[in-house]
Amino acid sequence: MATDTLHHGAASEPHEHHDATGTKVFGFWVYLMSDLVIFGSLFATYAVLMKGTAAGPTAADIFELPFVLVETFLLLFSSFTFGMGVLAMNAERVGQVKAWLAITFLLGAAFVGMEVYEFQHLIHQGYGPDQSAFLSSFFTLVGTHGLHVTVGLVWILVMLVQLSTMGITPMTRPRILCLSLFWHFLDIVWICVFSFVYLMGVL
Amino acid sequence: MFGKLTLEAIPYHEPIIMVVAAFMAIGGAALLGALTYYRKWGWLWNEWFTSVDHKKLGIMYFVVALVMLLRGFADAIMMRTQLAMAAGGAAGYLPPEHYDQIFTAHGVIMIFFVAMPMVIGLMNLVVPLQIGARDVAFPFLNNLSFWLFAVSAILVNISLVVGEFAKTGWLAYAPLSGIEFSPGVGVDYWIWALQISGIGTTLTGINFFVTILKMRTKGMTLFRMPIFTWTSLCANILIIASFPILTATIALLTLDRYFGMHFFTNDFGGNMMMYVNLIWAWGHPEVYILILPAFGVFSEVIATFARKRLFGYKTMVWATVAITLLSFIVWLHHFFTMGAGANVNAFFGIMTMIIAIPTGVKVFNWLFTIFRGSLELTSPVLWTLGFIITFTLGGMTGVMLALPAANFVLHNSLFVIAHFHNVIIGGVVFGMMAGLTYWFPKAFGFTLSEKWGKRSFWCWFIGFYVAFMPLYVLSFFGAVRRMQSYANPEWQPWMILAWVGAVIIMMGIACTIIQFWVSIRDRKLNADLTGDPWDGRTLEWSTSSPAPFYNFARLPEVGDIDSFWSQKQRGNEQLDEAPYTDIHMPRNTVAGPVISFFALILGFALVWHIWWLAAVGALGVVVSFIARVFNEDIDYYVPAAEVARIERAHEKRKTSAPSSAASDREQTNYVEARA
Repeated sequence: MATDTLHHGAASEPHEHHDATGTKVFGFWVYLMSDLVIFGSLFATYAVLMKGTAAGPTAADIFELPFVLVETFLLLFSSFTFGMGVLAMNAERVGQVKAWLAITFLLGAAFVGMEVYEFQHLIHQGYGPDQSAFLSSFFTLVGTHGLHVTVGLVWILVMLVQLSTMGITPMTRPRILCLSLFWHFLDIVWICVFSFVYLMGVL
Repeated sequence: MFGKLTLEAIPYHEPIIMVVAAFMAIGGAALLGALTYYRKWGWLWNEWFTSVDHKKLGIMYFVVALVMLLRGFADAIMMRTQLAMAAGGAAGYLPPEHYDQIFTAHGVIMIFFVAMPMVIGLMNLVVPLQIGARDVAFPFLNNLSFWLFAVSAILVNISLVVGEFAKTGWLAYAPLSGIEFSPGVGVDYWIWALQISGIGTTLTGINFFVTILKMRTKGMTLFRMPIFTWTSLCANILIIASFPILTATIALLTLDRYFGMHFFTNDFGGNMMMYVNLIWAWGHPEVYILILPAFGVFSEVIATFARKRLFGYKTMVWATVAITLLSFIVWLHHFFTMGAGANVNAFFGIMTMIIAIPTGVKVFNWLFTIFRGSLELTSPVLWTLGFIITFTLGGMTGVMLALPAANFVLHNSLFVIAHFHNVIIGGVVFGMMAGLTYWFPKAFGFTLSEKWGKRSFWCWFIGFYVAFMPLYVLSFFGAVRRMQSYANPEWQPWMILAWVGAVIIMMGIACTIIQFWVSIRDRKLNADLTGDPWDGRTLEWSTSSPAPFYNFARLPEVGDIDSFWSQKQRGNEQLDEAPYTDIHMPRNTVAGPVISFFALILGFALVWHIWWLAAVGALGVVVSFIARVFNEDIDYYVPAAEVARIERAHEKRKTSAPSSAASDREQTNYVEARA
C-alpha cells in the first residue's frame, strides 16, 4: 500500500529536487529496521530469561489469553482503519482521513489502556517487574511495544492538528505515510509478542 | 529537591581533579570572555551551531573530538605514570577508585568521543561532496545528531567535577555495573552519556545510508562510488544494525539500576552473560564502524599520491562488504573464557580468523597501488605507510587472540591492551590523521604544514611502538589489565619504557597543535586557490576550497570511477555552459541545539535522581521536537544570480593561482604513460 501511494506522490510533484517524499519514506523504512533490532534484542533477552522465574509465577500462571486476544483485535482493527485513512488521503479527502485517524486513535488508546490495566493488575497481585528476571523481561518487551504505540498516538494527534491547519500537502503527506508504516510495523511486532510471549507462554 | 546531588558530590579532597577543574574553568572562562569581547556569539550561533551544512557539522565534530582527545590522552598519561611508579606493590599517586575511573573514562572517551566523532565528522565533510550531492538526505537530523553527541560529551566532562565517573571499565560489565556493586552515580553518567550520543549515532547512520543510496549524482552507479563512500556506506549499515542493540542493552541496565529489575543481577533469575553477549553484539561491529572508513581514507590517499587508479577497486569493495557481514558473527571471541563450550568457541574463532582474509586483500591492494606508481611521500602517505605496517602487526596479534586455546592464556592480560591499541592507533588514529590532513584544504581553503605533519607522524609512529611493544612483553610475564599496582619489581623497566612511549606520543599531539597554529598563521601562503591541491581523482576536488555552501553550482555528471581525474585527462574542456539555476537549500534550525539542551538536562537530572528536573527535560525534548514539526519555513532557493556571482569569484581566484597544479599534471601524465 505504501509503495503505491509513493508513486502517486512522486507523480504529482514534477520538481525532482523538491519532492522528498520518496527519500523520507525510504529513510523511515530504514529507521523501522533499526527499531526492529531493538525489539529483536528484547525478544532475545526474553527468550533467555523466560525460565528465570526465581520461584515466582511462570507465564502460564499470569497470562489471560481472552484479555490479550481483545487487545490483539483492537490493534489489528486499528491497522485496518489506518489503511482506510491512507486510501482516503490518496483520494485527497481530508475530512475522511481525519475521521479514520480519529477512529485509529481511539482503538490504539483502548489498546494502551488495556495494557496499562494488565500491568497495574499484575503489580497489584505482587508480580511486578522487580520480582524475577522473567517478569523484568516480560514487562520490558511488552512495555516497549506499548510505549511505541503511545508515541504513535501522540503522532496521530499531531497529524490531526496539521491536517486541519495545513491540509494534505507535500509536508503532511509523507508524514501520514511514515506514520502508517509505523502503525503497521507495531502491529507486526505485536503479532510476534502475542505468539511468542502469550501463546507460547500459556499453551 | 536535588535528588542525590549535594555539595559533597564535588571532590574537594582530590587535588588532581581540582587542579584539572580549575584549568577547565579558566580555559572555559577565557573562551567565553573572548567570544563576548569579540562579539562572536551571534556569529557562532547563526553560522555554526544552528547550521545544517554538512561541512560545518563535520568541522564541529572534529573540533569536539580534538578537545576530547586531549582529555582522553591526559587519562592515558596519568595511567602510564601511575604504573611507572607503582612497582613492588607501591601505592603510586593515584588511589584505586580514582585509577578505575581513569581507565574507564579513557576507554569511553577515546572510542565514543574521539574516534566516533572523527569518523562521523569525516563522513560529514566528504561523503556528500564525493557523491555530487548538495547536502545529506535529512539536514536537520544531521544537526540534531551532532548536538546529541556534543551534549553527551559535556555530560562526561561534568562527571569529572560533579560526582564521579564509572569505575567499571569502558563497557560497564554487569553485575559490577549493577546497583548492588556500583551504588554511586558513575555508572549513571556512563549510561546517559552513551544513551544520548548513541541515539545521535543511529540517526547519523540512517541519514548517511539514505544519502548515499538516494542522493548520488547522475551517472554515479554504486560501482563508480569512491572507496571512502563505499566504506562509509558499510559503516553506516553497521551503525543501523548494531547501535540499536547498544540502546536496548543500556536501557536494560538502566531498568536494573533504577527500577530494581533483574536482567543482569546475580539473583532472581538474572543472567549476567546476557549483558556480555548483548554488549559485544554491538561492540564488535563498532570496531568495524571505526576502521572501515579509515580503510577508505587510506585508499583515497594512496591512489591520489601514487597517481594511479586504486588497484583492485572491485575486490576492495567486496572485501569491505565481506568484513561488514563477518563483523556480526564474531562477537563471542571477546569472551571465549565464558565457557560456551569447545564447538561454539571453535566457530567464533574460525570466523574471526576468516576476517583476516578480506583484510589481507585490502593490504595487497594498497601495496599494488603503490607498486609502479610514483608515490609522493606527503604526510598523509606517511600515515598510510605507517598504518600498513602497524595494522598488519596488530592484525596478526588479533589472529593469535582468535585461537580459543591461546585466548585462555591471554584473556584479560596486557596482550589484549597492546593488541587493540595496535589496531586502533595504527588503524583509526592514523587514518583520521591522514584524512584530516588530506581533506583539511577542502574544509578551510588552505593546506596544513607538511613539516609539522610529518613530525607529528614520526612521534606517533615511534611513540606507539615504544609505548605498546613493552605491553606485549609484560603480558607474557603475566601482567593483567586494569591493575593499579603490581608486586613484581622486574616489570618496572618495561613500564617506564611504556611511559616514555606515551610521552613521545604526547609530543606528536603537540606537533599537531603546532601544525594548526603554523598553518593558520601561514594560511595566505598555503592557500588552495584551485580547489584541487593534490591533483585529486574524486568529485570533492572539482569544486572550490572551501566548498561553497551549495557544494556544486551545477550537479556533476559521472561516467567512470575517478571521473574527475578522467575529466582532467581529457583536458579541462568547458562543457558547463548551461546557465546556473536556482538552488534549493535547507534553512538553519534552532531545533537541534534546543532539543539536545533539554536532553542534557534530562540526562543530568536522571543521573542525580532529580525527578522534577527530569520531567522538565523530557517535556522540553518532546515540546521542542513538536514545535520543529510545525515549522513550515524549512527551506529556500539560492537565486541563480547569487550562484553565478560566487562562481565567478572562484574562477577569478583560480586564474590568479600560480599554475603549479598544471605542471604537476604534466608530470603525472608522463607517469601514467609509463605505467
